[in-house]
Amino acid sequence: MLQLDTVHTFETPEGVDLGLRVAGPVPRALAFVLDTLIRYTVLFVLSMILLPMAELGVGAFLIMLFLMEWFYPVFFEVTRGATPGKKAMGLTVVHDNGTPVSWAASLIRNLLRVVDFFPLFYGIGLLSMLINRRFQRLGDLAAGTLVVYTEAARRNDAVIEAEARALPVPLAVEEQRALLDFAERSTTLAPGRVEELAEIITDEHGPAAVQAVLGYARWLERGR
Amino acid sequence: MKQQQFIEQQRPLWDSFRQLADELEKPPRRRAAVELERLPELYRRLCADYALVRHRHYSTGLVDELHDLVQRGHRLLYQRKSLWLWRMVAFLWSGFPNTLRCHARAFWLATFLFYGPALAMGLACYLDPDFIYTILDPFEVASMEFMYDPANPMPGRSEDRASATDFAMFGYYIWNNIGIGFRTFASGMLAGVGTVLLLLFNGVVIGGVAGHLTQLGFSATFWTFVAGHSAFELTAICISGAAGLLLGKAIIAPGRRTRGEALKWAALEAVTLVLGAALLLLGAAFIEAFWSSNGAVAPAVKYAVSAVMWTVLILYLGFAGRGRDAA
Repeated sequence: MLQLDTVHTFETPEGVDLGLRVAGPVPRALAFVLDTLIRYTVLFVLSMILLPMAELGVGAFLIMLFLMEWFYPVFFEVTRGATPGKKAMGLTVVHDNGTPVSWAASLIRNLLRVVDFFPLFYGIGLLSMLINRRFQRLGDLAAGTLVVYTEAARRNDAVIEAEARALPVPLAVEEQRALLDFAERSTTLAPGRVEELAEIITDEHGPAAVQAVLGYARWLERGR
Repeated sequence: MKQQQFIEQQRPLWDSFRQLADELEKPPRRRAAVELERLPELYRRLCADYALVRHRHYSTGLVDELHDLVQRGHRLLYQRKSLWLWRMVAFLWSGFPNTLRCHARAFWLATFLFYGPALAMGLACYLDPDFIYTILDPFEVASMEFMYDPANPMPGRSEDRASATDFAMFGYYIWNNIGIGFRTFASGMLAGVGTVLLLLFNGVVIGGVAGHLTQLGFSATFWTFVAGHSAFELTAICISGAAGLLLGKAIIAPGRRTRGEALKWAALEAVTLVLGAALLLLGAAFIEAFWSSNGAVAPAVKYAVSAVMWTVLILYLGFAGRGRDAA
């Protein structure tokens, strides 16, 4: 993983490094807008049902208003990992050690939202996110939480369709890896681009170049 | 070993882990029977494979696949499922009062920041009938005088809320008062300044109103109204303030930790206090809506109940859960 990427790595108790892709201000702002819409829609519907029910309804509505204002994110983050808005944007809230967020941490980050919102529309929160390498707003800093992308489980089923060829020259480990990566990703690139890339390292041209490079990759992968 | 050989040899292990993870990630109701006890073993073997794959510089696609599997396993293995009912009881019985006593200095400082200006402003407004206008505008003063005028059939409720029922006011007190408690805590994140200002401000207003109304001779309505819920409400505001001050202290004087670490530790302690304060405010809202507003109860009874409340609260915060480890 490159330094360039916004990946937060941490070591698990098993001694392996895992990486989390932290989410920046834009997807989080969009998630917030979605959540706000959901919240106000629910409150609007509730007000239509409860407010005509005289005084009992008014009391119930005010209690719902309180719960929606403070506990809507806490409830969804703890039970589902993210609020509906964040889920729609493909985001999850986790501790900075990658474990699912706890009640206490979720409560901290959401109570402190008031300060991040200050002075106007997440002024302080945005400032904090831009200064911080992991895009944490103040609430995240205090709670030790991160908002990360929920990655769809990737599965590596690519089969290299070429006849194995022995490498004409010995290659360093990183170079071998570049060949394997090329073979895996060649199916997702445009054919013209694949040929262009393959021609860089062989004397052949067009589809023959691609077959040659894929052949080297297959040889590296299987040895035959 | 070549990558392909390694994959062929280990794939069955990864697939059985994937199946187990798929099941465990479903909600418990829709989960098929699984061999839960296999999770740690499968996960550790998976971790070993992931480390090998990275060490041997196999292809990125394979590294990514195993990375995602390990990540799922990490989340499954290290999640916390708590017995929330038991934790709630433990929190009320020992966690909350213990934590508060650990931070007694912050609590007393918050108490001083709140009651100090309240007493000073109360005295000033008691001695000078016009002094209240230095903090509130004439409309606010008029509305407040109306609320506690002995002629008002619903003491403690402003003109536009005069017809509100107890339950509606219960909702209003929850939304408004607990919100104030949360904000008092959260503004501690501004290096404690926000919390200090909110405590001073609330102290000045509450003290001023109390002094002014006493001087007007509305004691019978005002003091009997606030007596019931005063113990819970005022103490809860001071506790929220103490929680905010803890955050402020972590930022200004983190001690032997880095600011980030100090903040995380302080926030965990503080959130316990805030939660306790919120529960106290919930109690206060209940009392204020259903008991304080009840005009049929004799003032002597109200004062007696208030004294009992204060005693119980002080005993609870001072002694509950002593001798146990802070939960």
